[in-house]
Amino acid sequence: MATTTIAPALRRKHRRARLRTLGFLSPWLIGFSVFFGYPLIATVYFSFMHYNQIQEPSFVGLRNWKYVLTQMPLFGPALWNTLWLVVVMVALRVVFGLGIGLLITKIKSGAGFFRTAFYLPYLAPPVAATVAFVFLLNPGTGPVNEILGAIGIDGPSWFNDPNWAKPSLVMLSLWGIGDLMVIFMAALLDVPKEQYEAAELDGAGAWGKFRYVTWPSITPIVLFAVVTGVVQTMQYYTQALVAGKLASGVTIGPGSVIQPGYPDHSTLTVPQLVYSIGFQNFNTGAACVLSLVLFVIAMAVTTLLMRKRAGLLPAED
Amino acid sequence: MTTTTLTARRTPARTGTTGDPAARARRKRLLHWIAVHSLALAAALFFVLPFVFVFLTSVMNDDQAMSGELWPHEWNWSNYVTVFKTPGFLDWWKNSLLYAGLGTLFTVCSAIPVSYALARFRFRGRRTAMLLVISTMMLPPQVIVIPMYLVWAQQLHLSGSLWPLIIPMAFGDAYSIFLLRQFMLTIPQEYIESSKVDGCGEVRTLLKVIIPMAKPGIAAIALFQFFYCWNDYFGPQIYAAQNPAAWTLSYGLESFKSAHSVNWNLTMAATLLVMAPVIIVFFFAQKAFVEGVTLTGVKG
Repeated sequence: MATTTIAPALRRKHRRARLRTLGFLSPWLIGFSVFFGYPLIATVYFSFMHYNQIQEPSFVGLRNWKYVLTQMPLFGPALWNTLWLVVVMVALRVVFGLGIGLLITKIKSGAGFFRTAFYLPYLAPPVAATVAFVFLLNPGTGPVNEILGAIGIDGPSWFNDPNWAKPSLVMLSLWGIGDLMVIFMAALLDVPKEQYEAAELDGAGAWGKFRYVTWPSITPIVLFAVVTGVVQTMQYYTQALVAGKLASGVTIGPGSVIQPGYPDHSTLTVPQLVYSIGFQNFNTGAACVLSLVLFVIAMAVTTLLMRKRAGLLPAED
Repeated sequence: MTTTTLTARRTPARTGTTGDPAARARRKRLLHWIAVHSLALAAALFFVLPFVFVFLTSVMNDDQAMSGELWPHEWNWSNYVTVFKTPGFLDWWKNSLLYAGLGTLFTVCSAIPVSYALARFRFRGRRTAMLLVISTMMLPPQVIVIPMYLVWAQQLHLSGSLWPLIIPMAFGDAYSIFLLRQFMLTIPQEYIESSKVDGCGEVRTLLKVIIPMAKPGIAAIALFQFFYCWNDYFGPQIYAAQNPAAWTLSYGLESFKSAHSVNWNLTMAATLLVMAPVIIVFFFAQKAFVEGVTLTGVKG
């Protein structure tokens, strides 16, 4: 009923507005369906297929799912490493980033120099930073173990020791703390000065001021840092792969196949396993199952993010 | 002579005033200053020393680079020439610039209209569209890579090149759309209204009012996208691995170590050459960059 009473002119105007919106959104609408919607559906489809990228795919029901979740030998270590990194790396990055952010707001002399020095490593391309760290930490002649040796400490084997490989990756990620430093610095400078003065009048010490003034006002940013950190670490790929490959000392060249995760699968993450199974073993079905496992976990985190907002979506939305 | 008498006179004077609260506050401030700045220096060492060691090794001769010595005996700047002469290295530069340059251009052109619509138009499904943009932003690229690869390699026969990475950027990059939309929300509505009153349509408004005002936001997404492409390893690995002529610097660098097996000096020189452009761009565009980083986290 309502639609028939709208004057044709008004209806035309509405239609024009709709077309205009569609026109402006069209690049994204095409991109979203072609480069996101289609591959997602195709991933689900292939997860039920046996497909080696040469013969035609054939339907195998839940066999890929059963294989990945119960039998695949590397699935357990990969999932464990990814979760280990998500917990340890994100926690340490947030604590360290907050510490460096606090430090920089307290610096009175040479603030510009320190800010640049702290920020610069974040800009180093991940592959370059990883190559640099594999050199710095190499157990034979690396500068770090040389210096440790000079003061009488027998340095560990870092990227060559299964127990030290992940902590070495964490150290690499702390070196590139610049992004979090800037975010925390901006948040800390936003805390109203009067609140500190009021807390001081109430006799609060340094800890009291942090606990009752700083912390409540920066919690949204901390939450934001945690959630984006978790999402990023779920994708952790380049640094772990490059560090493992270089530290293993195996010759790399086009066509050579190197199993990721050196040493002893200690740096194997789920995204690396997707690559290894899908592009080295050509087991498309199993790789798609792994992709979907990653997708479900990433979506769960994103949903949590949406609920908590975490500063990502403005309140009026 | 005068100096000694001066210090001699000053010392007892100082100890005499320690009971005075003003002096105690001053001393506390001084200690605080020393504590903060020594911590900052220690942190600066952690951040800067890796660059220093990489640089020092990059100019060592082959023999010394194999030892654990930290300071170069002789400064072999020719290592950098050797790196540039490595077969393929210049191609990798060209490919990196092509990927990052075209990728950035495509991303910016497609992000502008989409983020404007998401920031300013009222339409049904606006909130859903925003949620979908954020969801794709959060998605690990490995989730959808297999079917995408099959399409590019088997149907379009474009594997072995960087086009499968560049072309999709003409169809909107979620992160850039999100960032630019947040920025456009901060443009006062009155500017848009008054341009409408002047008889401008949406396209004219976008070109004449929004784009000039959104320049800092556009600069930020351009920089981020440039760095993303320059740093990308996974993409070139998937699509260009089988064809070294299509490798980028980020992907090719890793093969450097094996080509020069034990010669850390050349690998370190190459590493610095891969880092250099990003750091140079940063110094020229520092403001836009920092603004972009804070935009992701703080505003909105």
